[in-house]
Amino acid sequence: MLEMTNIQKIFRTQVVETHALRELNLSVAEGEFAAVTGPSGSGKTTFLNIAGLLESFEHGTFTLDGVDVSNLDDDARSEIRNQKIGFIFQSFNLIPDLDLFENVDVPLRYRRLPASERKRRIEEALETVGLASRMKHLPAQLSGGQQQRVAIARALAGEPRLLLADEPTGNLDTKMAGQVMELLEQIHANGTTIVMVTHDASLAQRAERNIHLIDGRVSEHRLVLPEEAFSHAATL
Amino acid sequence: MFAYYIKLATKSMRRNPMMTGLMIAAVAVGIGLSMTTLSVYYMMNSDPIPAKSDKLFAITMDSWDPLRPFEENRPELAPHQVTHGDAERLLAIGYGKRQTAMFESSFIIEQDSEDAMPFEVSARVTDGDFFPMFNVPFIYGGGWDESTDKAAETVVVLTKALNEKLFGGVDSVGKELTMNGATFRVVGVIDRWEPTPRFYDPINGAFNEVNDLFVPFSLTRPLELNSIGSDWGWKAEETTTFEQWLNSEAVWIQYYTELESPGQRGAYEAHLNAYVEEQKTLGRFERPMNNRIYNVMEWMMDYHQIVADDTKVLLGLSFLFLMVCLLSTITLMLTKFVGKKSETSLRRALGASKKAIFKQQIVEVAVIGFSGGLLGLGLARFGLEGIEFLYEAPPGLVRLDWVVMVAAITLAIASSVAAGLYPAWRVCQVAPATQLKAQ
Repeated sequence: MLEMTNIQKIFRTQVVETHALRELNLSVAEGEFAAVTGPSGSGKTTFLNIAGLLESFEHGTFTLDGVDVSNLDDDARSEIRNQKIGFIFQSFNLIPDLDLFENVDVPLRYRRLPASERKRRIEEALETVGLASRMKHLPAQLSGGQQQRVAIARALAGEPRLLLADEPTGNLDTKMAGQVMELLEQIHANGTTIVMVTHDASLAQRAERNIHLIDGRVSEHRLVLPEEAFSHAATL
Repeated sequence: MFAYYIKLATKSMRRNPMMTGLMIAAVAVGIGLSMTTLSVYYMMNSDPIPAKSDKLFAITMDSWDPLRPFEENRPELAPHQVTHGDAERLLAIGYGKRQTAMFESSFIIEQDSEDAMPFEVSARVTDGDFFPMFNVPFIYGGGWDESTDKAAETVVVLTKALNEKLFGGVDSVGKELTMNGATFRVVGVIDRWEPTPRFYDPINGAFNEVNDLFVPFSLTRPLELNSIGSDWGWKAEETTTFEQWLNSEAVWIQYYTELESPGQRGAYEAHLNAYVEEQKTLGRFERPMNNRIYNVMEWMMDYHQIVADDTKVLLGLSFLFLMVCLLSTITLMLTKFVGKKSETSLRRALGASKKAIFKQQIVEVAVIGFSGGLLGLGLARFGLEGIEFLYEAPPGLVRLDWVVMVAAITLAIASSVAAGLYPAWRVCQVAPATQLKAQ
């Protein structure tokens, strides 16, 4: 699904160069649930942004779902983001003056789907996250956990091949974080590839594989054993 | 997607009503002022009789002082009016499809009732051809024919307003009216007719109202009708009697002809030249041959220059003011769009291309422009009423017609879109990743 080879990303200011990713080699198989961990500044979010085609990179090649996306123009990158990738952000990123239906509708609008098809997908997605009855509510009328579920519904409505989650439970309490993780696991069980960035080791244990980054490089790959994942799920 | 962008625009405008209001107000003030001046300019420039303005001609012949031109600063111009004698002779020749000589006069109307006081009205002394030449509409009766002109019959055509005053608005054709001691028979009542500018007599006021009534030109001599309009003389000559005045070299008669087609213009000028050559043999027309005819638009724009230079300057200044308003709008838009960075970066992440974001912003500024245009039209209407009040113009003289209204809305949208191009482009450059993480 996702294969990065010798990816290098440098942030430059007038006085300093920061190497966010150094010859990163990383692949995620189709249908896999991978957690990316690492300390602050290790390049987790930069990796996720590049994986989501939100940022460019200096060197290396990146193949996404069998397509070399290293040198695509803005239109093509936008289209792939819209068609194949779903995003879940730490701070939910809902548009405050759009109701839940309209928020979930945002990515579908850019796909130019018929209104009836969009309606069906939105209602199904909100049903999946348990918020179908509140689709006319504004985000401010929901709790943090509910807002994150709306963000998940927005990602699901696009029926993405790849779901990228950046600290999806970072702003939630333990109970709500557990609910969100259960949703992600359910989505994964339905066949969606998920890459989740987190600094929370217990959440990472619920993925199938942990990828640990340090200083912009992969320092460790580790498969999570089923019994480990089960025990961590029980603690949440 | 257009409907979606409109919906997003209205939501975005509601999100910050103060800033939205300021942007709309800036566009509205600019549009209001520019449309006010444009309406005045457009009114002054508009063709008052488009169906035949290229076939109606005002006649000028240079019978002026051999020692100096009629206008020192525009020596190429012949006098704007002709002598009574020349008018009578040209009418007698009758060259062209129709012709009319005319001047402004006044009458005292005496009413039958002893309680009703006599009152003065303005009159246009003219020929029967005046009405078909200038497409004058009638509600009752009509004008008079050539035989009436030749017989100098005392007939009168009333305006709708005067007919209302005298006869309560009923069909007064055939009724009699006592004016200046003579009895006139009403032959027609004209409908509302307000050509703007008053192209057939810019000399006595291009924006004056239509005269109250019309009587035959051939009555000038028997009733000794004096002009209350413009008259100009250059020759020291005895004008003690009315007949001496009529035969003088004073110019006070406006003369128009209607030709079958604009192509007959050269032939008519040749006819005028032949007439003047004949008059020269009688010792008149001592200046070099300078006979010109002007179609309606030439008569107003070239000869009388009724669009004053200061009106053009004002128009230019008003559009400069619109530019200043738009610059203010650009600043406000930049501020507003900077506030939308996070939403923009989110939309980019969810699949919106830069082009889609750009279109969304442009639709929003177009909606702002449309709103500003509507409000600006209201301001323009208020401004035009102010102009009418200041210049004591007849109500409704300067109107916001459909052309100006469509122009206002189009200009408001186009100028707002132009003003929004840079802010929209700027917001497209937002790096989505940075903004998403920053929230």
